[in-house]
Amino acid sequence: MGAELIAIFIVAVFIENVVLSQILGLCPFIGVSNKIDSAVGMGLAVIFVLLMASVVTWSVQNFILMPLQLDYLQTISFILVIASLVQFVEMVVRKVAPALYQSLGVFLPLITTNCAVLGISLINIKKGYNLVEATVNAGGAGLGFFFALLIMAGIRERLDISEIPENMKGAPIAFVTAGLLATAFMGFSGLV
Amino acid sequence: MTPTQQLTKGFWKENPIFVIGLGLCPTLAVSSSLANAVGMGIAATFVLIGSNMMISLLRSIIPSKIRIPVFIVIIATFVTIIDKLIAAYSPTLSASLGIFIPLIVVNCIILGRAEAFANKNTVFDSLLDAIGMGIGFTIALCCIAFFRELLGEGKLFGHAIPFFKNDPALIMIMAPGGFIIFGLLIALKRLMAVKGGN
Repeated sequence: MGAELIAIFIVAVFIENVVLSQILGLCPFIGVSNKIDSAVGMGLAVIFVLLMASVVTWSVQNFILMPLQLDYLQTISFILVIASLVQFVEMVVRKVAPALYQSLGVFLPLITTNCAVLGISLINIKKGYNLVEATVNAGGAGLGFFFALLIMAGIRERLDISEIPENMKGAPIAFVTAGLLATAFMGFSGLV
Repeated sequence: MTPTQQLTKGFWKENPIFVIGLGLCPTLAVSSSLANAVGMGIAATFVLIGSNMMISLLRSIIPSKIRIPVFIVIIATFVTIIDKLIAAYSPTLSASLGIFIPLIVVNCIILGRAEAFANKNTVFDSLLDAIGMGIGFTIALCCIAFFRELLGEGKLFGHAIPFFKNDPALIMIMAPGGFIIFGLLIALKRLMAVKGGN
C-alpha cells in the first residue's frame, strides 16, 4: 500500500509532470513564470487548490453522482464545485490569514480557469483511484507544477538579460525553452 | 463591421491561438496528429456556436453580477452534449482526445468570446463570430499538427509521406515537440506580420 502511494506520487511529480508531460495548466505556466516570487506564490496556490478540489470532486463523484446515476453531469458539477471552492478558499484565506492572502490572493481567482485542476480531478476518476490515492496524486501533480514553474521562472529571469532575436522575444522563446525542459523531464520516464 | 469581416477576422487577423494566445492547453495536447486536430476543432467550434448564440439570446436576462457562473454552466452544457455525441459516434476519436473534451469547458477562447463578444452583440453577429473563431482555432491546430505529424511520424492524416517516413523524429509527437513547434510558429507569424507591415 505504502509503496504504491509513493509510486503514484513520484509518477505524478516527475514522470507524468502535469505541465511538461500532460500539457495541462499552460496559461499560468507561461503567464506567471516571469519572476521567481510570483512563481512561488502561484505554485503554492495551485498545490492548495488541487488538494482541496481533488478531495471534493472525488466525493461528489462517488457519493452523489454515482449513487444517483448522474454521471453525465460530471463536467458541469465539477467545474461549478471547483469555481465555488476557489471563491470560498479566497474568502476564508482573506479572513483567517491576511498575510497569506497578501501573497496568494491575486493568484486564487486565476486558478478557476486553470485546466490542471479540472484535468487532475477527471484523471483521478478515470484511473479509479480511491480517496487516499486521489489526494496523493493531486499533491504530486501540484508539486510537479510548482517545480516546473520554479525552474521556468529561473530560466526566464536569465533570458531577460540575454540577447534574443526580435521575433523570438517573449512567448516564442518561452515555449521553445519549455520544450527543452520537457525533453529533460522525459529522462525521468524509467524511474518507476 | 460587415458580416464578412465579422466572420473572417478570426481566421488570421485575430486568430485566437497565434494572436490572442488563448486556449493553449488543448492546442498543444491534441495537435499530435491532423485527425485529432480536426476532431478537436469541430468539437470546440460546436461549443462556441452553441454558447455564443445562447448567451447572446439571454444577454438581457442574465444579471451582470453572476454572469460568469451562468456562462460557465451554459458552456458546460454544450461540452457535455458534444462529449456524449463523440463518445457515441466516434469512440476512437473520443479515446484519443480523452480528458481534453471535458476540458473544453476551461478553454479560455470560449469564455473569452462569451464575455468579450456574445454578451454585447446580436445573435447573428455572435453566430458569425463563433464560426470565425472556431475556424481560426481549427486552422491553428491544423498548422501545428501538420508539422508534428509530418516530422514525428512521417505521415499526414495517417498516410505515409515519402522521404519523411524513413526516419521520423518521434519526439515531435510527444509533449516537447508540441512546445517547440508552437514557439517557432508564433515567431514565424510575427515575422510575417512585420514583413507585411513594411
